[in-house]
Formats: sequence, C-alpha cells, structure tokens
Amino acid sequence: MNLRLLAQKSLASRRSTAILTIVSIAVSVILLLGVEKVRVNAKSSFANTISGTDLIVGARSGSIQLLLYSVFRIGSATNNISWKSYQHIAQQKGVKWTIPISLGDSHRGFRVMGTSRDYFSVYQYGEKRTLKFTSGKQFEAVFDAVIGSEVAKTLNYSIGDQVIISHGTGSASFTQHKDKPFVISGILEHTGTPVDRTVHVSLAGIEAMHINWNGAVKKRKTSKVVTESNLQPESITAFLVGLDSKIVSFKMQRYINDYAGEPLLAIFPGIALHELWSLMSVAEKALLIISLFVVVAALTGMLAVSLAGLNERRREVAILRSVGASHWHIMGLLITETVLLTMIGIIIGLIMLYSSIWVAQPLIEKNYGLFIPITAPNVRELGMISVLLAASFLVGLVPAYFAYKNSLADGMSVRS
Amino acid sequence: MNEPVSKPTLIRLKKVDFAWHAQANLTIKSGNLCVEEHEHVFIRGASGSGKSTLLNIIGGIVTPQRGQVEIVGHDFCQLQALQRDRVRADHIGFIFQQFNLIPYLSILENVTLPCRFSKLRRDNAIERSGSVIEEAMYLLNRLYTKGQFSFQRTTSELSVGQQQRVAAARALIGQPQLIIADEPTSSLDYDAREAFMDLLFDELKLSGSTLLYVSHDPTHQHLFNRVADMSVINQQAEVAL
Repeated sequence: MNLRLLAQKSLASRRSTAILTIVSIAVSVILLLGVEKVRVNAKSSFANTISGTDLIVGARSGSIQLLLYSVFRIGSATNNISWKSYQHIAQQKGVKWTIPISLGDSHRGFRVMGTSRDYFSVYQYGEKRTLKFTSGKQFEAVFDAVIGSEVAKTLNYSIGDQVIISHGTGSASFTQHKDKPFVISGILEHTGTPVDRTVHVSLAGIEAMHINWNGAVKKRKTSKVVTESNLQPESITAFLVGLDSKIVSFKMQRYINDYAGEPLLAIFPGIALHELWSLMSVAEKALLIISLFVVVAALTGMLAVSLAGLNERRREVAILRSVGASHWHIMGLLITETVLLTMIGIIIGLIMLYSSIWVAQPLIEKNYGLFIPITAPNVRELGMISVLLAASFLVGLVPAYFAYKNSLADGMSVRS
Repeated sequence: MNEPVSKPTLIRLKKVDFAWHAQANLTIKSGNLCVEEHEHVFIRGASGSGKSTLLNIIGGIVTPQRGQVEIVGHDFCQLQALQRDRVRADHIGFIFQQFNLIPYLSILENVTLPCRFSKLRRDNAIERSGSVIEEAMYLLNRLYTKGQFSFQRTTSELSVGQQQRVAAARALIGQPQLIIADEPTSSLDYDAREAFMDLLFDELKLSGSTLLYVSHDPTHQHLFNRVADMSVINQQAEVAL
C-alpha cells in the first residue's frame, strides 16, 4: 500500500492549509538554520581573528580587556609598558619573534596602530594566513602608513594619499597632527578581522608625530626636528609574542606575569578569545531558544490544522476502512501527511535560506564584517533537520490517534 | 437452514451478541445468519434494526462479545484485527448508501483503491485484464455510460447515480467472493435505481460473487434467492413492517 500517494493527493485537495503549513515550517527552518549558520560563522570568524601568536603581553589588567584593545581595537589600555621591559622579554631564550603595538591615535574613526615591519610577515589570522597587500608595500619612511581594506574602501583611499592622524580615538577629535601628515604606502587585502579597520604606521611614525607634544597638548615652541635618532619609543601599549615551541608557553607566561621590572600580563589568545565568546553565549543561546520556539509554533500550527480537519475526514477514513485499510494504514496516512508537509517545508526552507544567504552575503560582510559561506548543512544542522522530522512524526501521532478513536466508533459507516 | 455440503458457507454467524460499549444494551442479540457461496441474499430491516452493526461484524471491523463469526472460512473471533482487515480487503467488496468515494482521488483511483490494500485482488485484476488499470477501465466501461467523463477526473462532478456505479466497480474489482450492498439505491431516483440493479446483477452473473443486500425497501427483493428479515437474524431488532 503506497500511503505516500494517498497522503499527497489528500494534501493536494486541501491545498491552501497545506501551503500555509509548509510556509510556517519553511520559515522556522530558515530561522533555525539561519541563526545556526550566523552563530557558527561568527564564532569561527571570531576565533580566527588572530592565530600563530602564542602570547599577548600588556600592562597588568584583565585578560579580556587586553585582548579587546590589542586585537579588536576596542577600549584602551590602562597603562603602557616600557620599552625596556619589552626589549628584556623579546630577548629571552625561546622567544622567536615579537611585534610591538602602540595604540592611542585614530584617523576618522579608524584606530591607528604603531608597529614594526615584522608585523606584515609574522602576524597571522584565520588558518595561519599572513597579511597580503592588494597594492603598495609596507611602510619604509617614518611617515608611511599601511591601511586595512575597509579603511581604503570606506574612505576611498589609494596609494600616495595623505592621511592626517588625530590624537585620541574619537572620530571627531579636535587635536590633529596636521603638521605631520602620513602618506599611504600600502593597502592590505581583506581579512575579515579588525586589521581591515586599522591604519598601520611604524613605531617611529608614532613617536615622530608626538614630537613637540606633551601628552595631549601641543607644545607652543615647535623646534625639535624629526630625525631617526630620537624616534626610539619610551613605551608601547602591548606586544605579541611568538615562541620557538609551544612547550615553553606556560613557562614564558609565568615568567612574564612574575616579571619584577613592572606589572605585566601575558595571555594565551585562544583562551582569552574563548572567554570573550562565552560572555556572548547568553545571546547566542537566547537566539537559539527563540528559533526553537518558532519551530514549536510551526509544529503546533500543523497539529491544529491536522486536528481541525479530522472531523471532516471521518467519512474518508470509513471508506478506506471498508476497502480493507487497517488502523495502521489510517494512522500511517495521517503521520505520512505531517511528515510530508514537514519535509516539503524543510526543502523549501533550505532553498530560501541558501538563496537569501547568496543574496545577503556581500551586504552582511560589508556591514558586519561577517562572511557566511554557502556550504552544505553540517552535522549539527543535519541533526536539527532530523530532529524536526522526528518531531513531525510525533506530531502526526496525535491526529493519528484521534482518527483511530473516531474510526473505532464509526466503523465503516459515519452517522452524521 | 440446511446447507448442502457441496456449497461452502461464506458467512456464518451463530448466537452473536454485540454491544458497542460494555455498558450499552446489546445491538445484536443471539444473531444468526448463514450465506452460501453464489447466493444472493436480501436482508430486510428498518433503520435501527442493527444492519450496519451486522455489516461491521461481517467486515471484521468489530468482533462480538459472544458467539461465532466465520467469514470466507476464517474464524473472526480467533483472528487479530489486522488479519480480519486482510480478509475484508481480499474477499469483500462494499457498496454503501452514498458518499462511497474519496473526493480527492480520481474515478479511476477510487475504483482501483481495493487493489492497493489487497494483493489477491490486484493479482486477480491483472490476471483478468493484464493490469489493474485495464480491469478498472473494463468495469467502468461496462457499468458506466461510456465517454461521459474522463476517468482521470475527480468524482466531485458526478451525479449520485454515477457515483454509485463507480462504487459498484470498486466493489467488484479483483473479484471478491462477497459483495455487500447497504441500501445502494436509496439515494437514487427510480430510473437510476432500476439501471443500477440491472448492472449489478449482470456483473454478479459474470463474476459469480455472492451478494448480501441490505435494504428497508422491499422493491427489489424478487431478484434474490432468499430474503431474510433482520427481526429473524437479530433477536434484538424490532419487527420490520
């Protein structure tokens, strides 16, 4: 007995309610899997913000704060660390490379980061990817700047353009280093990380633009001349450390945290990223719960429609019984109907989800820096789909049971 | 009732007591009925005489609380519900008063429906006409005014008379041994009624099926081998007038 054919025809005869049920299932699938896709990709893009770095070192504060300002360019350091301490740690045995970071200035809302030239060869993000230039090259002269892809795109900059850096991190800063404009020497490829929103200059550049400044105030008597010799920074904001071997990382972390020269904090970027992400897990769970409730609502709607139609179908059931259908056939028919509706809903939902990802992909990436790839449903998503199908089977059991009860009372003849 | 040994009994009900609920009054009390193969039996009974209950018992939809039910050689009191469903699917074709057809299936799909539930009837149909569809077309062409409607269409446009003919074709497909008709003509007008009875008896002549015909209207009882009154079959039934 091919129940699917009967179920199909029966559903087709109740087209309008069937279509509405399919739409509600499809919407719930879009939401459930859409939220899941955004969540997974946000998490992986987050975890991929920095890689290949074994330790991040800054002034002693909280590990998340250090991560936020050194990697995400959010917030600011409570304290700087001295050049002397940096040099001391950089020369320790086991340290392969270090990249100094100097923050505190901005250009039209984008953070300016002073660093060394090693940054462009050593810094890694994602799956151990290094930075690449779309045009130009790394900074050579003191007043050279390398900008991230988003800076270039938003401000429509190209190589050779002049950049005036503001003191402080606000986008409408009144104190600008107008006397010392920088020239764009390179534009980096898109990374999907905060690097895209950063203006990179040399540490010397940072020093140079602050010459004749005293703190945040411009000195009146501007006489000092910028030369290579007086551009050694006295302090930096933080530095990244790469080690010869992972084995020494705990030892090195303890060494830095116990460093007697000044209070320092060394963190493992992976662990700190994880800590930061778990702060956001409440929102993540809330989204998932909301989408689960939408699924429940869709299934409940389907159940309501199925139950409401049951009374009208008593005659149909009686006829099927008279031509030899067993109770199992009747129950099977009703369960097949709900599972069929759900399957069609899932398929339509997936088609709509993927086509909307396809359409919205560039917009999401532009506005939120989040790239959502079009990939086949992963194990977790397939699991969600299977659970939805199993749930539709369970939902189908309810009308199946009532049809069975009706059919027991009706037999082959409906008295109505 | 002394049945000759040569003719097997298709329906044998003995001292059947049946109530729809444990606390309810008996709908059928000490019910007795014997129908032999190839017999055409007219059962006369007013509504409320337990007719539809009797048919549900014969169809294996319900089993009596007491007594013996033997249908086409199967002891229904010993069989599981699923096995009784199988006997019904294989051996019995039903025609009811009205609303026999499933509205969302085409005429052809309605006729072939029993062959979806019974391999035996499917095989019979294939043996006779080559395929289930061919057999259905054959029956429809005989019972039905040719070319009036496409058999692929749904049944909603059919008149009641046409619907009853489709129902008869469905009951007959795959040559079940027993045809049970429950007031099949009561919703038809006079002409349609006569035409339907003629067609039904013609088909029975061809198929050799046994007929159990239930009606309160004695108009056609002369066509039958035997007439039984519900008041005789069922001790609980009020005597029909």
